[in-house]
Amino acid sequence: MAEQQLVMYEEEFVQIQAVVDRLLRDAMAKVVMLVDMNGQLIAQSGETDHLDVVGLAVLTAGNVAATGGIARILRENGFAIQFHEGEKANIYTFLVSNRLILEVVFDARTSPGLVRLRLKKAGEALAVILEALSRKQNQPGFDLHFEGITDEDIDNLFND
Amino acid sequence: MPHINVMTREISFKVVYCGPGLCGKTTNLRYIHEHWNAGHKGKMIELPTETERTLFFDFAPLDFGEIGGLKTRFQLFTVPGQVFYRETRQLVLKGADGIVFVADSQYPRMDSNEEAYYELKEHLQGLGRTLEDFPLVVQYNKRDLPAVATVEELRELVNKSGVPDFEAVASTGQNVFETFKALVKLVLAELRKKK
Ligand SMILES: Nc1nc2c(ncn2[C@@H]2O[C@H](COP(=O)(O)OP(=O)(O)OP(=O)(O)O)[C@@H](O)[C@H]2O)c(=O)[nH]1
Ligand SMILES: [Mg+2]
Repeated sequence: MAEQQLVMYEEEFVQIQAVVDRLLRDAMAKVVMLVDMNGQLIAQSGETDHLDVVGLAVLTAGNVAATGGIARILRENGFAIQFHEGEKANIYTFLVSNRLILEVVFDARTSPGLVRLRLKKAGEALAVILEALSRKQNQPGFDLHFEGITDEDIDNLFND
Repeated sequence: MPHINVMTREISFKVVYCGPGLCGKTTNLRYIHEHWNAGHKGKMIELPTETERTLFFDFAPLDFGEIGGLKTRFQLFTVPGQVFYRETRQLVLKGADGIVFVADSQYPRMDSNEEAYYELKEHLQGLGRTLEDFPLVVQYNKRDLPAVATVEELRELVNKSGVPDFEAVASTGQNVFETFKALVKLVLAELRKKK
């Protein structure tokens, strides 16, 4: 399941971005991110200019992976929702179809209850898009041009 | 299974450095990250214990320029080598597109090398893969120290499948990039194979 490669196409990417943007507004959040289980950032919205989003994405995935390990030990199916409460920033994460992680960073401008509500709704919308995306995965679709790359090209890339 | 975004024309690979405790995985990553100039790089993240041992993973995001018309990104991870952290290692190894196995060349570390190699073999078998057909490179590290095994001895122990291997001194950077470069080639070759 999570092993399957997910190729992102324009149509779904635009839909996903719209859901993420809407969640940011509806939940009055600071940042919303969508991350895959390996920590790849898929979409983001909000005040991310001075944020190490790549690092945040990878640590979020690590955190979800660790929590999944805890669930296995407890013979629990998984923890779909996680909440981290800080002094200024709080975080909610939500597992979408066991494949993607939707994360909301928020502060006192909003409330955990509201965030949670909107998060679940957005998660459901994303699950539907993901379903459509999964059906597309075996399409030939787009052309990778890796065939023409020689080992020499790779050597040159290293600029040394 | 690299992550591909058709719209932004990005492709991203996951590479994991594994091997026994203290063999020099974190040192490899630090060196590469510090000396990376092939493109942009993000911040390196380390999650160590109080005694500087890796607790969960280290992470370094590196951008190459474009390869084949795609913005190409490699995300490098290390696993925690201590035997105790097996569970965590499995989590970090998940979804890897390529693996560097770092061995510690010092004689007293041969059992640990073998144990870690065996665990890697099992992990790949769990994915339905083998040491031969997975993008894998082996590094014999700490060649600067006295009392190190010969390359032949090490090969016998942790490179039975005969994948590309390198003698290295990670603390000075010797052959660190060569090791990584060899892996990048294998990872991209794997992608060509899939088409
Ligand atoms: N002499 C020598 N020391 C090295 C070399 N590479 C790494 N070291 C040292 O070995 C020690 C352990 O290195 P790390 O990179 O932290 O090892 P690790 O594999 O990440 O260890 P874990 O995180 O516990 O799995 C450090 O003190 C390094 O400076 C080398 O090539 N030669
Ligand atoms: Mg380490």
